[in-house]
Amino acid sequence: MSVLRMPTPLRSYVDDQKEIEINAASVSEALQELTGRYPQLKRHLFDDSNQLRPFVNLFLNGEDVRNLQGADTPLTESDILMIVPSIAGGW
Amino acid sequence: MTLEIPSDVLRQIHAHGEASYPLEGAGLLLGRASPAGRKVLELLPLANDFEPDQRHRRYRLDPLDLMQAEDEADERGLDIVGIFHSHPDHPPEPSDYDLEWSLPFYSYVITSVYTGKAEGSRSWRLEQDRRVFQEEEIILTEGSKENQ
Repeated sequence: MSVLRMPTPLRSYVDDQKEIEINAASVSEALQELTGRYPQLKRHLFDDSNQLRPFVNLFLNGEDVRNLQGADTPLTESDILMIVPSIAGGW
Repeated sequence: MTLEIPSDVLRQIHAHGEASYPLEGAGLLLGRASPAGRKVLELLPLANDFEPDQRHRRYRLDPLDLMQAEDEADERGLDIVGIFHSHPDHPPEPSDYDLEWSLPFYSYVITSVYTGKAEGSRSWRLEQDRRVFQEEEIILTEGSKENQ
């Protein structure tokens, strides 16, 4: 089991859990498993085209998965995958 | 739906917007959230990490700063209840860009700063369907409302 850590604004969609155990072989599998278990979370992570929203960052053991193998990055039992939003805006 | 802010904290938000002018300034609102309401207790100003030539109209916070702030808030028993940012020479209303990049739960406090002077703040929360913001009332505590 890997651990998936949720940011504060999304915890209400996962029964107010900060950390969730996920049985997945890759980052994309972990997200599928997560949104399958908590369907109301999906619209905040993925857009209408099922693409990951631009503000969603994924850090595996502190490393941005974009610098690894992206969604195909493999997961092992001791891994911690964090969802960290980019906060942005403007007029 | 309300957001309690001590008047001195709102003054700090305005001062940060003025100091950042003509660029956008931003940071986190730390406090406590409960079903009964939410209160801001302190600010955590952060660097505007957007590309330099767009910082007069855009802000972005480094996700690593957010990750660290969330850990520190957890250790202190606080929540990140919202985000504050300034709109230089524009009204304190969320834009389409704000909508696209926003998350539910957070209170988004926007301060308009005209020619270097903060002129008012309003607070907004994203609806669950992500289509619109709803305004929430700012309740000033421990002071007058003259700076709202």
